[in-house]
Amino acid sequence: MGEKRFVYMDHAATTFTKPEVAEAMMPFLKEHFGNPSSLYSIGREAKEAVESAREQLAKALGAKPEEVYFTSGGTESDNWAVKGTALARQERGNHIITTPIEHHAVLYPCEYLETKGFEVTYLLVDRYGLVDPADVEAAIREDTTLISVMYANNEIGTLEPVPEIGKIAKEHGVPFHTDAVQVIGKIPLDMQGKHKDIDMLSLSSHKFYGPKGVGALYIREGTEIDNYMHGGGQERGRRAGTENVAGIVGMGKAIELATANIEAHNEKIRKMRDRLKDGVLEIPHCRLNGHPEKRLPGNLNFSFEYIEGESLLLMLDQLGVCCSTGSACSSGSSEPSHVLRAIGLPPKIAQGSLRLTLGDADSEEDVDYVLEVLPGIVEKLRAMSPFYKPAAGT
Amino acid sequence: MYNKTVMDHFMNPRNVGEIEDADGVGEAGNPHGDFMKIFLKIKDNRIEDVRFKTFGCAAAIASSSMATELIKGMTLEEAWDLTNEAVGEALGGLPPGKLECSVVSREAIHMAINEYRKKQGLEPLEEKLPNP
Repeated sequence: MGEKRFVYMDHAATTFTKPEVAEAMMPFLKEHFGNPSSLYSIGREAKEAVESAREQLAKALGAKPEEVYFTSGGTESDNWAVKGTALARQERGNHIITTPIEHHAVLYPCEYLETKGFEVTYLLVDRYGLVDPADVEAAIREDTTLISVMYANNEIGTLEPVPEIGKIAKEHGVPFHTDAVQVIGKIPLDMQGKHKDIDMLSLSSHKFYGPKGVGALYIREGTEIDNYMHGGGQERGRRAGTENVAGIVGMGKAIELATANIEAHNEKIRKMRDRLKDGVLEIPHCRLNGHPEKRLPGNLNFSFEYIEGESLLLMLDQLGVCCSTGSACSSGSSEPSHVLRAIGLPPKIAQGSLRLTLGDADSEEDVDYVLEVLPGIVEKLRAMSPFYKPAAGT
Repeated sequence: MYNKTVMDHFMNPRNVGEIEDADGVGEAGNPHGDFMKIFLKIKDNRIEDVRFKTFGCAAAIASSSMATELIKGMTLEEAWDLTNEAVGEALGGLPPGKLECSVVSREAIHMAINEYRKKQGLEPLEEKLPNP
């Protein structure tokens, strides 16, 4: 083996903050510390910075600036969209449609609402994690007040037919929310065009090389939704709390950079990703989870039979490789990933899952390195697995 | 999250393997999916040699390794009384929620001991309750 190197392949978990982004933020951590609600000069400067970031987000989304609301991140945006809509439309009904592979930031608010008398339909997904738009249509009832389907799954990378689902929702007059946390900078969004049927869209800055602790919820004009935080009049009274000015400025810069050249960027990441995929799939008893084509450009999710994901992850970490797993032990729960179970993976196979998500921290050399170290680690763990019986000659 | 001792036993587990002519064989799993198989070589009521294979997280593998180190040379009664807590302590502590990953080694040891005793025409040893 060559030199140990640091390889970051967990871009779906978080990304590094780009230097240009950090630089744009610095003045607002230092001299421009004013509260955007204050009327004097440094307050006004902060206010202007927040509004110019709002314009950057609006431009990237093909939306109006007044449809962009800043939040503390993807979790808050999802919570707001789900609970805010369900509560605002309560007189019309109490039925929500979602999928079993949503992020917990959507699933747990739905479970919470169930305890408050709401009813939730969890659509079935196929073995790739795909939702069938026809199933969405079939699930809509008189009392359905919200449909929430994620744009891309964070674990297996599968891209959902969100524009088609939006169209159905619109035809039935049901508000449609999508968790787009994983797709910013990977799929061009146009809320006035291709995505005109999406009413709410969640995004999170640290998934596209911006700072952590800041995100946004796009709310189409005219959408019925309750205010989220009650307090000062920030975000036009809908989400109170003094703005995270530096974070918002950083997110504005980050989304500008991330959406500047989406196709060329995807192409570069996809090329590395596919080489890594082909190399890893040469390891025996290994499969790719998620859709073979309809998936995020940087996402890979494998299952290695006979071994457990946390062990795999920790051994990779010892060699400098950062990635993640859907195994039960890694999350401290008794069941492996809800996504892997929803696509029908047997628990023992789901236990041996490994997610590698590529992005701007990665190079072709990093791909070489992972391909160099991974087979040995898999072999080492299989050698101590009571389930593994190597066939003669392999 | 895992200390150095745990990581050492995880990265370089002791006693991995199988014993073809083992005197006692046991296996156990837990709801997390961890699974351990243990092979004992027994002479004069003492564990002369031990090997294991484990499917599981780092805590399960490290505790399998430590448990086998601890029982080597013990009488069957001593080995029977080895607790998860003792294994966890020998490892310098396991993170919260991870002690249950080590339960498999205790259960596998018990099964192997009783398998041996049965072959010898002896009464199986009884679980002491309650076991946390």
